[in-house]
Amino acid sequence: MALFIVVVLLLPIFAPSFYTYVFALVMVNGLLAMSLNLVLGYGGLYQFHHGVFYGIGAYAIALILTKSPVPWWLAFIAAPIIAALFGLVIGWICIRSTQLYFGMLQISLGSLVWIITSRWYDFTGGDNGINNIPMPSFLTSGKEIYYFILAVLAISIAVMYRVVKSPFGATLQAIRDNPQRCEAIGVNVRHHQLIAIVIASFFAGVAGVLYVGLERSVFPDMLFWVLSLEVFVMCLLGGWFTFAGPLVGAGIIVILRTFVSIYTEYWTMIEGIILILLIFFLPQGVVGFALGRVGRKAQAAEETVQVSERGAKV
Amino acid sequence: MLEVKAVSKFFDDFAALSGANLTVPDGSIVAVIGPNGAGKTTLFNLITGQLKPDRGQIVFSGEEIQHLPPHTICHRGIARSFQIANVFPRLTVFENVQVSVLSHQGQSNRLFRPASSLLVRETTEILESVGLGRQGRRLAGTLSHGDQRTLEIAIALGSQPRLLILDEPTAGMSPEETAATLELIKRLARSRGLTILFCEHDMDIVFAIAQSIMVMQHGRTILQAPPDEVRQNRQVQEAYLGGVDA
Repeated sequence: MALFIVVVLLLPIFAPSFYTYVFALVMVNGLLAMSLNLVLGYGGLYQFHHGVFYGIGAYAIALILTKSPVPWWLAFIAAPIIAALFGLVIGWICIRSTQLYFGMLQISLGSLVWIITSRWYDFTGGDNGINNIPMPSFLTSGKEIYYFILAVLAISIAVMYRVVKSPFGATLQAIRDNPQRCEAIGVNVRHHQLIAIVIASFFAGVAGVLYVGLERSVFPDMLFWVLSLEVFVMCLLGGWFTFAGPLVGAGIIVILRTFVSIYTEYWTMIEGIILILLIFFLPQGVVGFALGRVGRKAQAAEETVQVSERGAKV
Repeated sequence: MLEVKAVSKFFDDFAALSGANLTVPDGSIVAVIGPNGAGKTTLFNLITGQLKPDRGQIVFSGEEIQHLPPHTICHRGIARSFQIANVFPRLTVFENVQVSVLSHQGQSNRLFRPASSLLVRETTEILESVGLGRQGRRLAGTLSHGDQRTLEIAIALGSQPRLLILDEPTAGMSPEETAATLELIKRLARSRGLTILFCEHDMDIVFAIAQSIMVMQHGRTILQAPPDEVRQNRQVQEAYLGGVDA
């Protein structure tokens, strides 16, 4: 673990810039997947179209930086807040439904945002997206961007971790396990779920901002539901009942996609096969599986992952 | 304390309840009995807000509550357990109760304090009072059925209710567990000054602890009276005590 942290810290210094770029992409996607997991793994909400808030964060900062005189630092803060506001509106509508209907409603609303973005040429650039987004002078080289993303990711993880371990987070997990029981102990379930969606949207927006920092361009596909599905798979692959699982899942997906795409055009087919294998052999995800192994060896029943195995028996 | 007045509830054309009446005096233990499908669980769901009545009033501490959502009713002082074990399986036993205590204290929305240090004393006290003090760190889903039922009661106690509603608290329990639960209910009523409303198929339990019994059939209240009177009532004997017991 310590070795891994050292590698992450020093990567841009010894590795070729391409690897630095790929790892930065892993971190951006990792933050996106972790933000989804706040509502998915901890909240039990089928947030099928989480990518929308990522796209909105990215478009928000792109539009602010290209079309307004607002200073860069304000844009960096405003964009995730705008994503969170969209989360508030879309979430407010969606929590009227539950389970799959929640997810389907969200896909519809998200697709609406996507179609507007990809057609409104005067404002969003339509299909062409927005390119050559100006960045502040300290964020121009790949190395600088890498460390910026690393720092923001670290802060975001720390904040999300606190949220998960807070009374709010404990209550959210109780809602996931049993919403009806939660109402009966005096929890306003919808209100609680809505706050969770807003928080998750905020961090998705942060990931969107980081993406713009890395790529300096945005395009409507960021809001397309296929990307949301991929983020969903990252959570499942890494382990959606674990805190860090989605980050690992994002790492696997992004790295495989990058390197498999060099040899074949059929990346989505490979991804499909991974998904099938995952469902059959690692229903708890990679991290879930690993923790389960460790847990059994140590006979430690607390907080590990047999959680869901046992939970499923109830 | 609680007054259910001529409450009716329809599911499409089916009248699950048609004119149910119930009085629960402060500090008493009241039982609701009746054959399967008589409407006992529906009645409880109406009182705690999971369902809304189509007709009639539910008055708690002098205020009508039939229009309130479940979480508000809980904060007014009514907590309940459910017929099927209804815990949070992936949380620890401790957390199961703590979430309830947090909610009661209005701390559920705190975002940046570690929950692990909050309200530990209150939560531990409740766990110990129901005999789950040593199971705190286990995952709730791994408890035996009987312990999960007990945990349910502990979760309900987390809301510091004035009225505790128990839906078949001993269903599926072994005779030993049943006896222990019976003792627990009696003790809670005494030591916490709780008013308890419950329904139960086991007549021995009902007549052992209830001070007043309401008998239901086909969604109607046949009568509510002290145990002796209920036992001697012919209508009740025909309807229920005689044979139909499922």
